[in-house]
Parts: sequence; structure tokens; C-alpha cells
Amino acid sequence: MTAWVLIGIAVMVGGFALRLNPLLVVIAAALATGLAAGMAPAAVLAAFGKAFNDTRYVSVVWIVLPVIGLLERCGLQERARALVAGMRGATLARLLTGYLLLRQFTAALGLTSVAGHAQTVRPLLAPMAEAAANAPNEAANDRVKAMAAATDNVGLFFGEDLFIAIGSILLMKGFLEQQGIVLAPFELSVWAIPSAFAAFAIHSFRLWRFGRRYAR
Amino acid sequence: MIGLAQVYVFAGLVFAAWAALSARDAGNPKRFGNAAFWGLLAVSMLAGDRLGDLGNGVLVLALVAIAGTGQLGRGPAPDTAAERATGAAHHGNRLFLLALVIPLTALAGTLGFKRWPGLVDAKQVTLVSLALGVILALAAGHAWLKPRALVPLEEGRRLIDAVSWAAILPQMLASLGAVFAAAGMGGVVGGLLAGVIPEGSVLGAVIVYAVGMALFTMVMGNAFAAFPVMAGAVGLPLLVHQYHGDPAVVAAIGMLAGFCGTLMTPLAANFNIVPAALLELKDRNAVVKMQVGTALPLLAVNTALIWLLAFR
Repeated sequence: MTAWVLIGIAVMVGGFALRLNPLLVVIAAALATGLAAGMAPAAVLAAFGKAFNDTRYVSVVWIVLPVIGLLERCGLQERARALVAGMRGATLARLLTGYLLLRQFTAALGLTSVAGHAQTVRPLLAPMAEAAANAPNEAANDRVKAMAAATDNVGLFFGEDLFIAIGSILLMKGFLEQQGIVLAPFELSVWAIPSAFAAFAIHSFRLWRFGRRYAR
Repeated sequence: MIGLAQVYVFAGLVFAAWAALSARDAGNPKRFGNAAFWGLLAVSMLAGDRLGDLGNGVLVLALVAIAGTGQLGRGPAPDTAAERATGAAHHGNRLFLLALVIPLTALAGTLGFKRWPGLVDAKQVTLVSLALGVILALAAGHAWLKPRALVPLEEGRRLIDAVSWAAILPQMLASLGAVFAAAGMGGVVGGLLAGVIPEGSVLGAVIVYAVGMALFTMVMGNAFAAFPVMAGAVGLPLLVHQYHGDPAVVAAIGMLAGFCGTLMTPLAANFNIVPAALLELKDRNAVVKMQVGTALPLLAVNTALIWLLAFR
């Protein structure tokens, strides 16, 4: 085993830094690492192809787009904006903090796919945040939308590990079992609770400050 | 039994429809590039199991060639502002009800399909419920909103064209992780890290473990790939076996330290790059930049939590 297999990481970092097309960078990194490990080019390609075929479920999520597209064409985003604009107490910080809490809570119950960037952020949360904010220009408006997406991620990541049957908990359980340490999923998920509170405290504090900057 | 195979067929048909609609999208100067890209994805979904490993590899090369040479484009967006405004006024809050059909079906499916174990593959309940939710939402949408027949697919194509090549980046990165693992990268990184930990310092080992989880997650684009490496190189041999830390704390909070890394890397494409594309942001790293301010203090908290809780 040689340290040359790390060249794939260098290709990734360099390729992303140079803003090359990420798909090109990924395939180049796979080839570089595979060749460094002594695999033939065709073998690397076959290994990549097998993994690509085995992970097709990752790209299945796009089937929601016809529904989102139909609802947007019928005015969903406009309706979401109007709803928030009509609520007097709906500040940007309150809206996003409320969503953060909801996302953490539902993810902790294992309901990770009830919300998401395609399902809720683009059609609902982002337009609501835009309506609740008073963004002076396009760049500021982009920042508001980016914060909506960021809030979804923080809520998901620091909620889902409280659920015992989520992928990461099962991965840890499986890994520890192979090393001779047998733990119940519950014994792992309970230790995600302090971090969940910390994530809520830190991110909602940031949302409060962010909201003051773009107050209506 | 309904499982992944049926979901893939459904997804394949959707991608095939997008390929066909792309080909006749006269406003898009690169319409045949788009048609080929979504068409290849349709082939992958519908017939991937029959292509063989090398065949799938060649399919990936073709996808990369189309995207890498700039053959993907999008036509001018049709001005539907007036239509959307009248729609919003006409349909009212019924639109929210329809937007909730997919999440509610996911909820009902996750809870309900367990009662009929023979009906749906237990491991694929989430994806099957998602597909079912899409079908139900489309049916309800057609009944209530009465759009022209092709509107959902046309609008879906417009959205997927906005996402463009980023649509398959998460799947590509997952595959890259598999190649990295096959090349034995985990062992090499673990060996390098073992050399930088100060001898006899519990706090030093905790910091290398937690920060290493975040850094390695940033490089690999996902904490699942980083965890076996860091837990195998530092977490178990040092924190658990040598210093007698609680393995449950070390594993659980170590994983969350990795999630802080996920917030800070463009390589976690489905969380960080895809939403930037979906929201049509100018800067494709805008979401990552927004998250750094939360991720760094949270990483410090997680590091402290391991130190405080694992060695009670």
C-alpha cells in the first residue's frame, strides 16, 4: 500500500479550487487513485461503473420535480410569499428558527424525507424567507435563500442521529460490532442529544443576528 | 413485492420523458446535449443491471463527457408570472395541501408499510413511499388544478435543466468513495494520522479525532466514509482502548463532529451544491459559506463534549 493513493484527494481539492467541472474532477480523482493502487484503467472504470449502478437510489429523489414544477406553475411560491407577507409577527429569524426546530424534531422521529431542498426549501421556505426579509439587492436576496437551505441542513444533520434506525447510527453499530463492541442503537442515539441542543442554540443565535440585518 | 426495481423503472420513465422534452425544446441552443444526458440517465435507471460493470463505467464516461465539454444548456424561461399570480389567487391554500401530499405519504408509508411486510421491501420503504407520494400528488394535482397534460413534466424538465450536471454529482461522489475504499485509502490516512498525535495526551487525541473527522469528511464529502477511517485509526485504539473512553460517546459524537465537516464542504454535493443550483443562486458555494459560521463553533462544542462525556 503506497501513500500515492492519496493523489485522488489532491485531484479533488485542486480540481474544485480551479473550478473545473466537478464531474470531470470526480472521474479524474477515481482514475488517479485507482491507477496509484495498481488497478488497470478498465478495472477502475468497471469499479466506478458498478458503484454508480449500486447507488442509483441517490438520484431517484429528482422524481419529485414534476410535482414541484406543477405546483410552482400554479402559484405555490407566490402563495407562500403572500402567506408570510400577511403575517405581522413573521420575521425572518422567527420563520427560520421555527423551521429549524420543526426539521430537527421530525428528523429525530426518523422522518428525514418529509422535508428537503427539493420538497420544501425551494417551493416553500425560500420564498417565505424572501417575503419575511427586506433584501436590498439580488446578492442579499441570494444570501437569504442560502440561509434557508443552510437551516434545512443544520436541522437535518443534528436531528437525525436521535433516531435509532437512521443510516449513520446503523453504520456505527455495525462498525463497532466488527470490532467486538456490542451496543444497542439507543445507547448511541442518546449521546446525540447534547449536540442537538448545541446546534439549535448556535444556529438560532446566528439566525437572530442574520434576521436583524434584513429586518422588514 | 414492491422495491427498488419498480422505483428505478418509474425514475427511468421520468428521465426518459425529460430527454424527449429536451430534444424538442427549440429555445435551448444545446438541446441535444441535454437530451443525451437525461437519456443516458434513463438508460441507467431502466437497464443499469443489464449493462455490466464496464458498461456502466462507459455510461458514466459519456455523462462526464457531455457535462465536461459544456454540452448542457437551458432555454430562456417562459414568462409565467401572470399565470402564477392568477393561479395563486384562484387556488389559494389548496396548493399547500398538495405540497403536503409527498411528505404525508412518506410519513404514512414509513409507519404503515411495516404492517404489510409482504407488500413493500422493508429496506426500501422510504423510496417506495416517495415514489407513491409523487404519483398521488400528480393525480390529485391533475384533478384539482386541471393543468394541460404535459405541464408537470415540462415544468419538471425546466427545474432539472436548472440543476443540470449537479443532479448526478451526489451519485458520482458516492461511487468515488467506493473506488477510494477499494484502493485502500482509509488505511493510508489512518497511518499518517497516528503519527501526529502527542503521546499521552487525552485531550490531544480527542482533538485529532474530532477535527480529523471533520477534515476527512470535508475531503471525502461525507461522514460515513470518514467514520470507519477515523474510528479505526484514533477513536478505538486510543480513545477507547488506551484511555478507556465510552465507545458510545466516542462513536456518536465523533460522527456529529464529522457532520460539522459536511456543512463546510462543496463535496457534500446533495446538501450544499444541489440546493444552490435548485435555488438558482449565483455563487454555487453560497450555502457552504452560510454554514461555516454554525459549523465551526459546533465542532468546538462537539470536541469538548467528547472530552467531557467519554471519560466520566
